[in-house]
Amino acid sequence: MSFLKRFASNRGAVVGLIILLVVIVFALLAPSLFPQSPWRTVGRPFLAPFVMERFPLGTDTLGRNIAAGLVHGARVSLMIGVVSTLVALLIGVPLGAVAGYAGGFVDDALMRFTEFFQTIPSFALAIVMVAILQPQLGSIVLAIGVVSWPPVARLVRGEVLSLKTREYVQAAVTIGQSTPRIIFSQVLPNTIAPIIVMGSLMIGSAILLESSLSFLGLGDPNLMSWGYMVGAGRTRLIDAWWISFFPGLAIFLTVLALNLAGEGLNDALNPRLARGRE
Amino acid sequence: MTGLRLGLALAASVLALGAATAQEPKKGGTVHVVVQPEPPMLMQGLNQNGPTNMVAGNIYESLLRYDEKLNPQPSLAKSWEISPDAKVYTFKLQEGVTWHDGKPFTADDVVFTLDKFLREVHPRWRPIVNAQVETIEKVDDLTVKITLKQPFGPMIMTQEVASAPMIPKHIYDGTDYRANPANNTPIGTGPFKLKEWKKGSYIHLVKNENYWLKGKPNLDEIYWQIIPDAAARAVAYETGKVDVLTGGSVDVYDVARLSKLPNTCMTTKGWEMFAPHAWLTPNVRNGILGNKQFRQGLMYAIDREFGKDVVWGGLGKLPTGPISSKTRFYSSDVPTYAFDPAKAKELIKASGYKGETIKLLNLPYGETWSRWSEAIKQNLEDVGVKIQIENTDVPGWTQKASNWDFDLNFNFLYQLGDPAMGVARSYISSNIAKGNPFANVGGYSNPEVDKLFAEAAIAATDAQRQELYTKVQKLLADELPVLWLLEMDFPTIYRCNVKNLVTTGIGVDDGFRDAWKE
Repeated sequence: MSFLKRFASNRGAVVGLIILLVVIVFALLAPSLFPQSPWRTVGRPFLAPFVMERFPLGTDTLGRNIAAGLVHGARVSLMIGVVSTLVALLIGVPLGAVAGYAGGFVDDALMRFTEFFQTIPSFALAIVMVAILQPQLGSIVLAIGVVSWPPVARLVRGEVLSLKTREYVQAAVTIGQSTPRIIFSQVLPNTIAPIIVMGSLMIGSAILLESSLSFLGLGDPNLMSWGYMVGAGRTRLIDAWWISFFPGLAIFLTVLALNLAGEGLNDALNPRLARGRE
Repeated sequence: MTGLRLGLALAASVLALGAATAQEPKKGGTVHVVVQPEPPMLMQGLNQNGPTNMVAGNIYESLLRYDEKLNPQPSLAKSWEISPDAKVYTFKLQEGVTWHDGKPFTADDVVFTLDKFLREVHPRWRPIVNAQVETIEKVDDLTVKITLKQPFGPMIMTQEVASAPMIPKHIYDGTDYRANPANNTPIGTGPFKLKEWKKGSYIHLVKNENYWLKGKPNLDEIYWQIIPDAAARAVAYETGKVDVLTGGSVDVYDVARLSKLPNTCMTTKGWEMFAPHAWLTPNVRNGILGNKQFRQGLMYAIDREFGKDVVWGGLGKLPTGPISSKTRFYSSDVPTYAFDPAKAKELIKASGYKGETIKLLNLPYGETWSRWSEAIKQNLEDVGVKIQIENTDVPGWTQKASNWDFDLNFNFLYQLGDPAMGVARSYISSNIAKGNPFANVGGYSNPEVDKLFAEAAIAATDAQRQELYTKVQKLLADELPVLWLLEMDFPTIYRCNVKNLVTTGIGVDDGFRDAWKE
């Protein structure tokens, strides 16, 4: 069975992918759908949703269009999710690969270092980092990356440990390939499948983490993000539920979609491990 | 239309309240009040934080009180006299006043407080007493004479309870004031005594049975409840746990909702002495911000009306200049800046602005301020000014503001009843000093402004002072060393059966002497 067929056989994954595509399309089209800044006051504050055509999802405390905020927020949330996951992979993959391949003292040292990060509650660490570095796009991406790499390192290390005893790796050693070459050309390409699966799940948790930071007021104050919208509307939850509800729903759907799609990827890339769905 | 009707309803309820004050006060009862945040201490001579003043103003007293028009009223001083040359102030004290520990209050206490204790520890009294006062003498047990080096108009405004609380000499004389164990058990002459302070929970004050003003106070007890979360404070009021929400203790958004509850009254009075004035400080050392045309452009670009009506829920009033219209010496004869983006664009273009990014330091005092930054950022970007908002926490803000590390910075300052005390400090060049976020942090310096403020402080008559202050207001409104945004209103929300709560220029801070509960 081909990759696509295996993926399509998981109905949840397909739904997830569709939601994800919709979000991505909205994010890409944001400037043409809502050319004005999402921060701009465009109507009376607290207009209810589904009443005026111009403001399909209503307006917030300052009369800003919630629909515009959602669409522009999608760009920010997806971007932070993807970039901070890349940062985490950039730290985690080489570290795990070196630890797994070298073994012995190096492995021990690197794994203790990884555990050090794992023992600190990741959200608390992210808050501290953002607060110290000032809440800005760069520091938020860095903080999320720094708190989410340890699982990547452990995963890659495990994969490498099992791969380095395979015959083709032994063969590469025998013909005298250099260690970096073996790692990059023989070992790492075979760990890509689990890394892709993990990465897709990590994007979801990165979006959640960014939303939580923004909710607490530690987001970049110059970027419209979903977490910020939920946080800014929470004091009006009783009389203007829509301000927090729609961005909350967007976060929920996007993270769910990423998890479903990640699951589907997992099934499709590891057919032998896939649960019998057929 | 609904706005008008609401206005009428408010006016009617104010009238009704006025009529109610004529009723005979009822004795007894307990009132629960919110204080936010928890005060660091209750010894008012050593600490004048907002929450400290709110509680301790009912424990301590000063020579004078001030009504809502800021006219001096008798408190511990029964009467006072100012010599014709405006240099000698003679205060006659009330008879039969005792401290909470039973010792009599005399002129010795007054001299000790003003000449020794507060001179050493009080940041507002110290500069006044050192610069203006020649001697403070006891004439007899119930008379004190203060002789000035030169006429100093604001002198009569300096005897408010947070500015000059009377301290018992028999407890503090000859001790290390800050380390005195009595700081934990404040002894004043006020209508209420401290019974218990359960940290993190409540402060319990009880009636002073031997209070010098016979028949007062009416209430038996006050509980100051400490509730750290704003939403929880609103709920505490709704569920009846507290009777009074003091100014600034609930979100602006909750004010409208809570004041509609049954048996609920709302007043914005009782802040006349402080008259908080909010503004944006441009750091005039930083490039284009030193350009007057550019600052005027910013002022035209900001929709201040929107800030007041939408961000602050309609509370407050647009200021015209450095002096609040609620205080003395205000003048409306100044250049004004109505919202006008087209004019703003013109001025900004003429100023030579080249699109550099300007950082806007947000004041970390809650959501309303964040919304305000966002609205102003949008206003300024609409006229082509690039703005980047910076968020930080309270210590971070204090540090950045005190060390001039900002381009535009939000701030709000108290006017303290007289321009010489609360206004001049933000504009005179002698107050350009690092380390205090409430000094002249923008760095504006103009010898003429310095001269006008200096002369106005010591001019002999109020008419002369008014003339000088009118001049300086006109000058500053043209120069715009800061961009005035709002004369803030801090609404006090309370149950209507708590009567006579806000009767003075400092409101709840000394309001419980006359308050009673129906």
